[in-house]
Amino acid sequence: MLAKRIIPCLDVRDGKVVKGVQFRNHEIVGDIVPLAQRYAEAGADELVFYDITASSDGRVVDKSWVRRIAEVIDIPFCVAGGIKTVADAGKILEMGADKISVNSPALLRPELISELRDTFGQQCVVVGIDSFFDVASGQYQVYQFTGDESRTQKTRWLTSDWVKQVQQLGAGEIVLNCMNQDGVRSGYDIAQLSAIRAICQVPLIASGGAGAIEHFSQVFQQADVDGALAASVFHKAVIEIADLKTQLIAEGIAIRPYT
Amino acid sequence: MTDLVIVDTGCANISSVYCAFQRLGYEALISNETSIIQGASRVVVPGVGSAGQAMRNIRQLELVDTLQQLQQPVLGICLGMQMLTSHSMEGDVACLSLIPGEVVPLQADGLRLPHMGWNTLHSIQAHPLLKQFGPEDYVYFVHSFGVAPNEYSLAQCNYGTDFSAVIGKGNVAGAQFHPERSGKVGARLLQNFMEWKP
Repeated sequence: MLAKRIIPCLDVRDGKVVKGVQFRNHEIVGDIVPLAQRYAEAGADELVFYDITASSDGRVVDKSWVRRIAEVIDIPFCVAGGIKTVADAGKILEMGADKISVNSPALLRPELISELRDTFGQQCVVVGIDSFFDVASGQYQVYQFTGDESRTQKTRWLTSDWVKQVQQLGAGEIVLNCMNQDGVRSGYDIAQLSAIRAICQVPLIASGGAGAIEHFSQVFQQADVDGALAASVFHKAVIEIADLKTQLIAEGIAIRPYT
Repeated sequence: MTDLVIVDTGCANISSVYCAFQRLGYEALISNETSIIQGASRVVVPGVGSAGQAMRNIRQLELVDTLQQLQQPVLGICLGMQMLTSHSMEGDVACLSLIPGEVVPLQADGLRLPHMGWNTLHSIQAHPLLKQFGPEDYVYFVHSFGVAPNEYSLAQCNYGTDFSAVIGKGNVAGAQFHPERSGKVGARLLQNFMEWKP
């Protein structure tokens, strides 16, 4: 049976892993390669590296760390951030990443998703979506340039419309980052994820809000997501992946056991 | 003689496969030259992307005959495995016909595609490549096409329907999953391949 995936996310800035609260006030957590190796050995099913500086300041970002990760990691990993063209994506995949994830550049030029699908295959193409619940309108809206607080801005897309659009364009997987929950560890946004699950035919990964083991149980059992992504609870050792997996298996959720 | 050659099919997961063998202590040579591939003691055919594009690459490199005539152990990985079969419906292309079988769209019975993630194996045959494999082992899959179970299936996986997870005939074998990304279990398959004497 296909296992639900536990996916530590490492936000990368200038070659270091960082973490902020609600995308702000980033603090350095550690070096990329040893952290990646630690998570792979601890039972992570997949890793995501978000180069959070890349999309927002427009410079060419050194991605040589991708190759260093590929050398030591024996589980799949995805690289996000600053991928604007097929050529950008090709370099990262050549360095050994299994998937590439696009976010702001796809909002600026949606056909990028189709170009990536046609060149590398749908299975490589992950679309990250930063979704914020706007209390005034009562709707979930897509934001871009979320790596840089000063440039973060609302787009014209409602989250549900963008989810449908990216699937038509060729997304092979969607990571839905619920910004209201990010870094505050009060649980995944089950209501939003369930609503998006209903219109998402490709694998859906929940992001934002994990703070306790029961949050993972809830998101798998109630929102039927394919994977759950988390950062701070793993970086700060609030949750050990082995304990998390043992508990989820005990609850009857399909999980690859920690071995 | 170079011990292990990874065929440079122009696909994207070559460095992951290279690194996986390196972690096991095997330094592979990545090449698309006929003489080097022919002279290898073992050959790996990696692959990510679409079958049509991959077969075009192989034809342009004039590697079809070379790959079809290999007598040493050959391992195809993911799309590389699919290219070992007779035909792929992904792009409607003739493949290398080293192992009879047809690559068809996965009939996932309503489950989400691509089939992406960790899944278990069943109907595991007694074969040197699958030494120490059991039904509790998880391996990593990413694909939307597959080979239906047939007499050359060495292990199967179920995702809505059964499909071939590992196939083999004579000196040629292939894995639909990604051993280079399947943790210790995947490394076991690669190690078994390095010790295989078909």
